[in-house]
Amino acid sequence: MNFAVLQFPASNRDQDAVHIMRFLGHSANYVWHKHTSLGNADAVIVPGGFSYGDYLRCGAIARFSPVMQAVKQFADNGGLILGICNGFQVLTEAGLLPGALIRNRDLQFHCEHIFLKTATFDTPFTSRIPAGKPLRVPIAHGEGCYFADEETLARLQANRQILWQYCDAAGELTEAANPNGSLLNIAGVCNERRNVAGLMPHPENASEAILGSTDGRVIFESLIHSLQTRPAVSAA
Amino acid sequence: MTEPAITPELIQKHGLTPDEYERIKGILGRAPNYTELGIFSVMWSEHCSYKNTRPLLKGFPTKSPKILVGAGEENAGIIDIGDGLAIAFKIESHNHPSAVEPFQGAATGVGGIIRDIFTMGARPVCALNSLRFGPIIGEKSEITNNRRLFAGVVSGIAHYGNCFGIPTIAGEVYFDKSYEGNPLVNAFCLGVLRHEQIARGAAKGIGNPVFYVGPATGRDGLAGAAFASQDLTEESAEQQRGAVQVGDPFMEKLVMEACLELLATDAVAGIQDMGAAGLTCSTCETAARAGTGIEIDLSKVPQRAPHMTPYEIMLSESQERMLIIVKKGREAEVQRIFDKWDLPWAEIGFVTDTGQMIVKNHGEVVVNIPAKKLADDAPIYQRDAREPAYLKAVRAFRLDGIADSQSPMADLKRLLAWPSIASKNWVYRQYDHMVRDCSVVCPGSDAAVIRIKEDSLPETGNLKSGISNFKSEKYIALAVDCNATYVYLDPYEGGKAAVAEVARNLACSGALPLGSTDNLNFGNPHNPELFWQLKESVRGLADGCRAFNAPVTGGNVSLYNQNPNGPIDPTPTVAMVGIIEKAEHITTQWFKDEGDALILLGEIADTKDPLLGLGGSAYLQVIHGQKTGSPPRCDLEPAAILHTTLLGLIQSGLVKSAHDCSDGGLAVALAESCISQQIARETPRLIGAQIDLSAMKDLRLDALFFGETQSRVVVSARPLDAVKVIERAKLVGVPAVRLGTVGGDTLAIKTSAGEFSAPVGELHDAWWNAIARAMN
Repeated sequence: MNFAVLQFPASNRDQDAVHIMRFLGHSANYVWHKHTSLGNADAVIVPGGFSYGDYLRCGAIARFSPVMQAVKQFADNGGLILGICNGFQVLTEAGLLPGALIRNRDLQFHCEHIFLKTATFDTPFTSRIPAGKPLRVPIAHGEGCYFADEETLARLQANRQILWQYCDAAGELTEAANPNGSLLNIAGVCNERRNVAGLMPHPENASEAILGSTDGRVIFESLIHSLQTRPAVSAA
Repeated sequence: MTEPAITPELIQKHGLTPDEYERIKGILGRAPNYTELGIFSVMWSEHCSYKNTRPLLKGFPTKSPKILVGAGEENAGIIDIGDGLAIAFKIESHNHPSAVEPFQGAATGVGGIIRDIFTMGARPVCALNSLRFGPIIGEKSEITNNRRLFAGVVSGIAHYGNCFGIPTIAGEVYFDKSYEGNPLVNAFCLGVLRHEQIARGAAKGIGNPVFYVGPATGRDGLAGAAFASQDLTEESAEQQRGAVQVGDPFMEKLVMEACLELLATDAVAGIQDMGAAGLTCSTCETAARAGTGIEIDLSKVPQRAPHMTPYEIMLSESQERMLIIVKKGREAEVQRIFDKWDLPWAEIGFVTDTGQMIVKNHGEVVVNIPAKKLADDAPIYQRDAREPAYLKAVRAFRLDGIADSQSPMADLKRLLAWPSIASKNWVYRQYDHMVRDCSVVCPGSDAAVIRIKEDSLPETGNLKSGISNFKSEKYIALAVDCNATYVYLDPYEGGKAAVAEVARNLACSGALPLGSTDNLNFGNPHNPELFWQLKESVRGLADGCRAFNAPVTGGNVSLYNQNPNGPIDPTPTVAMVGIIEKAEHITTQWFKDEGDALILLGEIADTKDPLLGLGGSAYLQVIHGQKTGSPPRCDLEPAAILHTTLLGLIQSGLVKSAHDCSDGGLAVALAESCISQQIARETPRLIGAQIDLSAMKDLRLDALFFGETQSRVVVSARPLDAVKVIERAKLVGVPAVRLGTVGGDTLAIKTSAGEFSAPVGELHDAWWNAIARAMN
């Protein structure tokens, strides 16, 4: 499979995303933000970083990049898109995912491992995740507090669009396990059509034994499995 | 615009002595104009010229067959790590700016050291820092201010490093009264590259064009190098608030990516960042290194403010700017790459064969100075040194008036909660320490470990021919240390101990030292007693670096760290880098499994020391409120044997955890080994230990628990391997004794005076949450 990893000025986990896809035996290429085409991508990863320095609001400028038009088209065509951290912020700013990410509850940047409970398994991003197993992956963000109005939250729940929630080692959704004050402990969501997903944690930094956790790998394996079992979508 | 006349007052205001002014006249054969005076003043500041310390620095070991670029040659040293790969690293201070404006001061300190690394052609892959502040527990206004500085510095480092995308993966923080108003911010960066990718800061090739790259020059940071080379007073801080630069990590990330992309085209003849002394330093140093001249026209330099004078443009320390000497005919490639990254650039001049640094403004010559003399001929001073008077009392101190510990577990908890010993998670949790996918051992163990994978390296682009293929991942261990209390109480022993501790941290992680970089933070060198501290501790550092085969590849000197309340404790911070041969040798400090055997390598206590390792100890400071006594002796030969023995045991697969004994002694080392493994947020992995020290009779309890006798490491091993570990250590003369067994939910220590124990949960809470409690 061929993954397009978007590269905005000051993306900084773009290399990490490319690395993990190649490590898993697939092809991955950078797509520069000024480009208007995604090439022959089978799926798109919007990586972590501080796109454009995040001077206005995280992801607020990135959404106007030429490449984002191609991404929107790809999403409309049903292509699979995963946003990680800043990539999640970019996708919410671009209107491809519901909700918003605001400053962490304690106003501090948090880099630490957390546990993730997978809430929905019937998506291309979660299908291979073993049920009942909290995933141990790191977070690294200052603005990861998931926020949405009540109506949106109700819709997310009704449509089972909440994919991941912060939990403790036993899988309980406790207040202490929530690192940033996210509503409903939400760490990641997908769109209604289930082809676009975003999450604040970094599964790409928890996919090799040498880094102390391989729990993140199942998210990429789910994505790869979905691509292998569904018809191809034009990246245009 | 008329320039100020050169008067004795103006010369003095520029920090130049009458003799130095005469020397300038001698070099120029005439009186300097205002701009030239400014240029000499920054280039001859301590920060740029090392005029007070150069003779001392000559004592450092700086050679090894692995050193590819040595100390003082370039912006950072470079060491061979095998398979055609190399690392570039350096530490640098940003103390004065951080005292005035902690957030920007610390942020730009990080930015400056990152630039030094990618200037060498290396991709920066991790950062460390060493910080010092006044005490943070209490409600007095000084203490509130210490907390403000601490919080500001940490968030400044976090802001710059996190946004740039570099893992800040290790560091140290101490709190002591002497740093009140004089915080120390030392930032370290390490980068990786192939041998063929080493870039030089030399203006080579007569006629080659000189490019300016990066944001426009403003009035910020005017003469920051000179500001950093004087005592810090209320008045100087207020006047110099404008000398603190403003950092933009986003811009720096773009500049770095563009520079690495450009270096891969082979179109670059020389490259240097504009750090301290900005355009001045980068132009004269590149010319001096190449033995050429350089000519630039200031009217072509992008300027942020209108009506900037030549003086201001030349002395500005606006951040994220680079000077690039391009091979003639390759200009279009530079333009293409910098346009791609939307970065401002300008061709501002060219390389000449005159040896002169010529600066024009709209065609009119405003500076004409021999480049090499400006860069290399700063005056050198042999300052007077005199042993400080306070040392007499320090040496006379004995334990007679000190009551032995009545409840060692209560004392242990107080030590664990002492901010200098307590977990620094409140700090490193704010740093992104995992970006770049290379963080193998994160903050919280003796040394951090990163892996170097193929895509850690800069792109090779056009340089492909002749570059060998990447063979396999490499593992680099890093640590930074300095117990400044020891240095204050005995500069020579303290200097050795700083190196020994950082080397011990590397050994505990399974690494062999490759080299070191030091940051000498001291008071005013004109004070003979302070200069004596500097001289003696440099001697200790040099002996230490020799003993552990860790030559110094560069570093930084920061003097004048004092305010009207006094100088800082002498703080020669040492960062050391080592290599771990195989992934399976990577070792962490926390205990692993119930039933494992606990062994102490090294002596329980140095009974030849009249203070039994308690001189200058954390215990005396925390429990008895005394910062005195000769610190424990640091004998380098047995220390080196301990490190190689430990490394051999690790490489034989006999060691499951290794943690060095430092501040707080054996009890703190044992406690930390029980409580320092963090699985995830709010999820520590706690494991107890049952210790039997009852064979040690006739030793004070406080010395047994908290003595800081040097060269000691607590290791754990499979029960069956314990005898092997002890025998192998003893065979080479390293004392080794079985301490007990891992397991249970308490740390229990049996002594001839009774048994003491505490639940590991309580110890963890005291240690893990102490700083957060002080700050929230």
